Amino acid sequence: MSIMEYNGGSCVAMAGKNCVAIASDLRLGVQSISLTNNFPKVFAMGDKTYLGLTGLATDVQTLYELFRYKVNLYKFREERQIQPKTFANLVSSTLYEKRFGPYFSFPVVAGVSNDNTPFICGFDSIGCIDFAEDFIVSGTATEQLYGMCESVYEPNLEPDDLFETISQALLNAQDRDCISGWGCVVYVITADKCIKRLVKGRQD
Amino acid sequence: TTIVGVIAKDCIVLGADTRATAGPIIADKNCKKLHLISPNIWCAGAGTAADTEFVTSMISSNIELHSLYTNRKPRVVTALTMLKQHLFRYQGHIGAYLVLGGYDCKGPHLFTIAAHGSSDKLPYVALGSGSLAAISVLETKYQPDLERHEAMELVKEAIEAGIFNDLGSGSNCDLVVIDEEKATPYRGYSKPNERATKQSKYTYDRGTTAVLKEDIYKFVTVQDLDEMQVDV
Repeated sequence: MSIMEYNGGSCVAMAGKNCVAIASDLRLGVQSISLTNNFPKVFAMGDKTYLGLTGLATDVQTLYELFRYKVNLYKFREERQIQPKTFANLVSSTLYEKRFGPYFSFPVVAGVSNDNTPFICGFDSIGCIDFAEDFIVSGTATEQLYGMCESVYEPNLEPDDLFETISQALLNAQDRDCISGWGCVVYVITADKCIKRLVKGRQD
Repeated sequence: TTIVGVIAKDCIVLGADTRATAGPIIADKNCKKLHLISPNIWCAGAGTAADTEFVTSMISSNIELHSLYTNRKPRVVTALTMLKQHLFRYQGHIGAYLVLGGYDCKGPHLFTIAAHGSSDKLPYVALGSGSLAAISVLETKYQPDLERHEAMELVKEAIEAGIFNDLGSGSNCDLVVIDEEKATPYRGYSKPNERATKQSKYTYDRGTTAVLKEDIYKFVTVQDLDEMQVDV
């Protein structure tokens, strides 16, 4: 089986009106054996910059720790928080550094910049950035997520509506994927606050 | 991918489609395949997306340093040599297939570079999975000393042949025209595949999703006061 499908898991990000949302499932497994329903794949890299990591779980954790380290050093040096666009370029160059022995992960970055513009982007495992204005999907339920997002998404949604849209997109996509699911976590980021919600999902 | 380049009268025109694929899935419907090397040299990339992006930006940096060191505007052959020697060193493992074009002190230049480090110098070129469709247009319609707008239309037609006849290419057509003065990029020069508006909405009512737990993180804005404003 493919190394990208060894542990399972999915992530999706969407841009709304002056807000973004990023969500992931909570399952960690070894092929068809589920191990835990408490393995989030979305991490805060600043107040308004979030990172989603899918793929091989060991690389998800390694990358999270590496980026936490790099973002902390950035904060010390610059005396300010990293911007989503800057962080996206940091992710890109960090991944390309391992061009011929890559991390087996497809990251997603979502955030709101200082000027309150929403920013989302995705990457392949060697750091090519996919800038998108609408949505980014990643993980073992990629195909299902593309189907959900392409039909359910619409531009300029308010934060509360964006939450419903991204939650239903992920929930219904992961219900058609054996190795994603077991609940999910959704972050909605606006200029003045970030709301983290644990969403009820199927436990099979 | 479909990328092309033509030499016209006193200018170079490069073109590209905007589809990025991951296997049979369209990963990006409107990506940028035209890369800036220097203000007078541009590069269109096909193959491994990350490789075209990084090899191009690395050579761009080195060209800038080189032109600062030599006090000269960069030449296209310099970029060509730097790119092909880098790619040859990696024996084809860096999967960058490039169309390099620019205008320097010696006039307009157009090259293709393959991932193993070989290069061609031709008046009109096409690369990528849609190159067969594109080159067939160029072979029938290209002639020397095309006017600027004629060359732009020819490149557009060649890219659109790729967009419609090759499954690996699609969406829009980007162009860049480089003449003696400057380079003019045309992002979305033609958009023959605009998405139709949806007939109905599929939005969910608020409260549809069952929430188990909610945490709210409110931000505070800390602002340093100007010294003049502080009362002592």
